[in-house]
Amino acid sequence: MSLAAEVAVFVDGVLHYFDSTVQQTAQCGTPHLALGERPEMSDYTGVIRVSGRRAGLVAFTAPKNMLSVMLMRMQETDMSHENLCDLVGEIANTLSGNARRDFGQQFQISVPEVLTGRADPLSFPPAARPIVIPIDWRNYHARLIVCLN
Amino acid sequence: MSASVHRLLIVDDSNVIRRRIERANDLPEIECVGAARNGREALEMHRQLRPTLVTMDLTMPEMDGAECVALLVERDPQIRILVISALADKLTAIDALEKGANGFLCKPFTDRQLNEALRKLIQA
Repeated sequence: MSLAAEVAVFVDGVLHYFDSTVQQTAQCGTPHLALGERPEMSDYTGVIRVSGRRAGLVAFTAPKNMLSVMLMRMQETDMSHENLCDLVGEIANTLSGNARRDFGQQFQISVPEVLTGRADPLSFPPAARPIVIPIDWRNYHARLIVCLN
Repeated sequence: MSASVHRLLIVDDSNVIRRRIERANDLPEIECVGAARNGREALEMHRQLRPTLVTMDLTMPEMDGAECVALLVERDPQIRILVISALADKLTAIDALEKGANGFLCKPFTDRQLNEALRKLIQA
């Protein structure tokens, strides 16, 4: 499977999450390479780490207000920090499940971890070429970061 | 209004998912009696609450869902278990069914898909 096809698995996973869970379609923007700079992080980030045929990480990073409105769409009334972490972790968990289904034994995928705050560092592998894919929903902007060597 | 005849225990380490399953259930014959954060809690709550139905996540701390399914079925062979997991590969689903689960629903799911899976579970 080419890198482009592998990236598409993760993009489709995020878009499917919005369709199923908040039942509104999100849009995928134009991907770009974050070369010579760290991809910008948002308030909450769910990360899965990948090893095996490729090594690296996949992260979904979203602003607090986007995740809060997603919870509202799910009829959730508790917008606590814990629930926002929980939601972004669930999105990463879904990406992990999709990857296991589509890539089988080629990749080993970690359980998701959650980072909070825009300054929280995400450690990239050496010589990383992170691909940043904008994910737009309503007026909110999240990013999917795929960094697989 | 018909009385609830099925007692549901929800098992998932995500609070958002536990609350969503409870809210989304629109089958009047199913009453949610409790929610557990891992397999170990689920076994304790099973003793106290005597659920007849369980929704079970797989990847959880302390005791995972596959082990908990096997222990629940050993303890109560009549219990019906719907595994709800992001692990969408066929091998995971087959393994859960072999351990005694009665159905498998992939995350993410819509409310309609959840209710359809619960309906099938009580009709099984």
